[in-house]
Amino acid sequence: MTIQSSRERHSFWHAIAARIDLPIVTAFACIIVLLLVGSLYSENFLSPEYLLQQLKVASFLGVIATGMMLIILLGHIDLSVPWLLTTGAMMASAATAYGTAGAILAIPFGVACGFVMGLISGIGVAYLRIPAMIVTLAMNAIAQGLMVAFTGGASPADSASPAMRYLATGELIFGIPNAVLVWAVVGGVAVFVLSRTGFGRSVYAIGNREGAAYLSGVPTQRILMFAFAISGALAALGGVLLAGYAGKAAQSMGDVYLLPAIASVVLGGTSILGGRGNYLGTVAGVILITLLQSILSVMQIAEFGRQIIYGVVIVAMLLLYGREKFTR
Amino acid sequence: MKDWRYILAEQRGTLLALALFLLMFTIYVTNHPAGFTPNVVTTAANKGVILALVAMAQCFVVLTAGIDLSVGMVFILANCLGSYIIAGSAIEITLGLIGVMAAGAACGALNGLIVIYGRLQPIVTTIATGAIFFGIALWLRPYPGSEPDFAADLADALTGKLFDTVPASLVFLAGVIVVVWIPFRRSLIGRTVYAVGSSDQAAYMSGLPVRLGRFSAFVLSGFLASLGGIFLTFITYSGEASLANGDNYTLFSIASVVLGGVSLYGGRGSAVGAIFGALAFRAIGDLLFVFDLDPLWQPLFQGIVLGLAVTLGAARLFQVRNRLELFN
Amino acid sequence: MGETPLFRMEGISKRYGGVHALENASLTVHAGAVHAILGENGAGKSTLIKIMSGVVAPNEGRMFLEGEEVSFADPAAANRAGIVCIFQELSLIPDLSVADNIIVSNPPTRFGLIDHRAQRRMAEEALARAGGEDIHPMAMVRDLPLSRQQIVEIAKALARKPRLLILDEATSALTASDVTRVFEVIKRLRDEGLALLYISHRMHEIAELADECTVFRNGHNVESYQQGAKTDNEVVEMMIGREYSHVFPAKPTPPPADKPPVLELKNLSWTDRLRDISFGVRPGEVVGLGGLDGQGQRELLLAMFGVLRSVEGEIVVDGRKRTIGSPREAKSKDIGMALIPEDRKTEGLMLPMSVRDNLSFAALDRLTRFGVVDRSTESADIERMMKLLAVRSDGTAIPVAALSGGNQQKVVIAKWLMISPRIILLNDPTRGIDVGTKQELYQLLRRLADDGAAIILYSTDYDELIGCCDRVLVMYDGAIHAELVGDEITEHALVGSALNIDSAQSDTAFASRAQ
Repeated sequence: MTIQSSRERHSFWHAIAARIDLPIVTAFACIIVLLLVGSLYSENFLSPEYLLQQLKVASFLGVIATGMMLIILLGHIDLSVPWLLTTGAMMASAATAYGTAGAILAIPFGVACGFVMGLISGIGVAYLRIPAMIVTLAMNAIAQGLMVAFTGGASPADSASPAMRYLATGELIFGIPNAVLVWAVVGGVAVFVLSRTGFGRSVYAIGNREGAAYLSGVPTQRILMFAFAISGALAALGGVLLAGYAGKAAQSMGDVYLLPAIASVVLGGTSILGGRGNYLGTVAGVILITLLQSILSVMQIAEFGRQIIYGVVIVAMLLLYGREKFTR
Repeated sequence: MKDWRYILAEQRGTLLALALFLLMFTIYVTNHPAGFTPNVVTTAANKGVILALVAMAQCFVVLTAGIDLSVGMVFILANCLGSYIIAGSAIEITLGLIGVMAAGAACGALNGLIVIYGRLQPIVTTIATGAIFFGIALWLRPYPGSEPDFAADLADALTGKLFDTVPASLVFLAGVIVVVWIPFRRSLIGRTVYAVGSSDQAAYMSGLPVRLGRFSAFVLSGFLASLGGIFLTFITYSGEASLANGDNYTLFSIASVVLGGVSLYGGRGSAVGAIFGALAFRAIGDLLFVFDLDPLWQPLFQGIVLGLAVTLGAARLFQVRNRLELFN
Repeated sequence: MGETPLFRMEGISKRYGGVHALENASLTVHAGAVHAILGENGAGKSTLIKIMSGVVAPNEGRMFLEGEEVSFADPAAANRAGIVCIFQELSLIPDLSVADNIIVSNPPTRFGLIDHRAQRRMAEEALARAGGEDIHPMAMVRDLPLSRQQIVEIAKALARKPRLLILDEATSALTASDVTRVFEVIKRLRDEGLALLYISHRMHEIAELADECTVFRNGHNVESYQQGAKTDNEVVEMMIGREYSHVFPAKPTPPPADKPPVLELKNLSWTDRLRDISFGVRPGEVVGLGGLDGQGQRELLLAMFGVLRSVEGEIVVDGRKRTIGSPREAKSKDIGMALIPEDRKTEGLMLPMSVRDNLSFAALDRLTRFGVVDRSTESADIERMMKLLAVRSDGTAIPVAALSGGNQQKVVIAKWLMISPRIILLNDPTRGIDVGTKQELYQLLRRLADDGAAIILYSTDYDELIGCCDRVLVMYDGAIHAELVGDEITEHALVGSALNIDSAQSDTAFASRAQ
């Protein structure tokens, strides 16, 4: 019995050690460095209010990056995030205009729109074997087209439902913004699904080698298709939150989320080639990107400087640990 | 002699793109209120040529089985830089043009070096460097503008009509094909770029300069994106660091390349195809305009056409007899 | 042939990880002669030529070209020295034209640009020398059938003006008429003073072509002799070796012939790769698939496992006709089929993933409840498998890539035993595995059969077929060419029927099949 438990403890630490890999440690170290650098500029930087505020901002990106991570783990990429996000925001806001029932169904409706569009991309990738980059690009354009046509190109008149506002800005538990709770739930589910379910195992396997997964009798195509649907739904949920946060949806609200979503997943140690990555890393990547953006603005560096530093930091970090193993 | 059959087979993608373009353009022109006049053609050509140059830039990297998500930003950077240094006396203008092209090539070289020696994937590398290039553009032109002694005469000449009939921009584009593409295609470097995209391993085994080929593809990509930027400057008379514009051109360049019959898996297609893909993509976008439909439908229309085009390309799947081949 | 040999290598060793691919090998090649290299699969032939042609560097040893010591940094360096190899796995670039491929790395130029006209002339000339006048130089290589690609590969080598030309199974994909033409080419090249190194499994080809022969076994050159100095049987014995290092479990008496087969194939065909294959396997039986590599064995296993599309013929399981459309259906409870694939690194395992994840992967749907993995059942099953197969691994959380080849293969097999399969297909499961693990696997196979599994084993190792199988089906060109039962399974019969040479042994094999 004691041998058994000591072995279990051993494998427990083993698992922890295996989980905490270099990228994640580096990412968290960078977060601490950023906080210290930030505190040199502003005393508020280490205050709980500021940190919570940052966490709240991070949670929008966090929800979106979760879907992106799923797709990147599979060895693909989702470029339809910007307008699937906007679709979620606009459709949820639009539903709000239809009385009480509309207001109640606003959030599920918005998310469902993202799900369906993601599902269509998924069919293209999984069954038609079209490169994900092109499928999601086309889907992005279609979603954009539908939304622009729907709103007439102007900023939509509908505003977010009370539930959306509450979800994005309220505080269910004292002091902790609801948006953070949403991210925590999404993240918790993601961790559970990725590590404890057959679906999660299959995701990693497909990302490593779809052929081998197929030969093991896994329905790889179905899983691919649903992963894109989930990514679409999460992008839409991110949009719902953002609309709740801002009070309403806006035309190009999604554009600024595509690259940060990819960057935070990759900075968190997930291989862009798929099959390798840990959700904890994505959490670190999301916080890192959010803090970086925030510090650059606190430091009152002009936008151009922010962009350059942003790019340089990402390249530098990737060169530090994101290199593909040399094969030949 | 049945050489033409092989030429036809090799250029099938290009010819399909040409056919698509001719179809779209015919519909466009015959329904245009002003009809087939030099002015109508010149306006369309100017818009098309900018995207064609950026698509050509994308094509070089895609041929190596990579992707360049920074082309749009190099394009914007060239636009902003050009609005400063393409000005003054004839010599200054010449130096300015050389400077912009050199800057574009340098951007491409940076991408190439990071990808080859840093062993990072092109997709993440160019996302990050894209931010850097955009930052520099924003530094140059925080607000849209140009120099008072901007080379307006040269701009008018290149965006106007030759002999009052032929759009000068098309002549310029033809010149680029003759001066850049044809020598490239007929050089060992060009052959290496195709070989690397087709089969990295076989290219190495055959003794081709694999690294030099890949590097050249990135440099040429930056160079052509800068030509696009110069053209944008000539049309707008000013430089503008527009994030949306940069992103759009990156995405449109991928769409153009695919419509132009260039395989995203590398090794197949030609820049001429990419050019026709770009012109067709532009014509599709402008179709709505001549049909008096709301331009709001443009993105939806473009998305659906792109989606249909790639879905048709998936028909070959029905010939696959060994399902394992689907996964490679 | 007395003076300085064109090429000489001595004391060459090459290790991959812990495995010796070559050990203290030497070889001498003369100009104006065809030198044949013989050996079983895995004897070190392919490593030998990779070293000669600069693809890999040896760990030890020296090479001399006309008495001068040489070393090659890459294939291009070997090419410059005049050593050109025609590889078994094609080195052609599929998206380039035939002419581009033939004159790939140093095309003629005019004003700094590739002169297509001159290149085409050179390509046509090379094609003509290689016996491929019918191949259009502008055709895309990817559009050519495999046999034509092989000719292009030969032309490509000839265009490099080699002094030493290596042909590695250069005729394996060729049709009979192509082979005749290629032979003429080879003889002409020999008369022109080239040195040719010829690697083939086909004995009659070597008899026709070779001047000298060297036999390789276990990474070492066993003997060199003048062609004709040894009989076929002597050569086969040298290739196989005398020592029997493998210990095989005793074979039980075969199950009675009237016992119904669990799996039966009736006239199975697929494209031109499988032709009219019919046989049955009873529970408790180990049936071997023999023959040269690439005679359709792999496709046959994939066809049974539901991977191939539009397979004709019938697959009958437990007396019921079944259509198996995917590996998922093949592994379902009422069929219970498992396939240990050919390449464990790309088809069997997800190398960077943990041993545990790999082990439970095929059985995931049995280990999950409402999609959630039941961790205690999983751990128990994995524990059982790790013990059953004695997998040596530092826990189950480490990546499977960290295990030795033998233990990796055990993981692949264990992964499939997790579903308790009734029909087990194995595609050359002991390739590149140490002897100790091999023995364990043989014991395991027999035990599984004794427990009632039906086993189909494809192996490139004849010893293994002899030691493990109750019956062996020898395949040739996509069809079953001979069936050997019980005592008929001997080296001579196997090699003889695989090489398709007429000998007494294969006659008996035919006779027994006819009965």
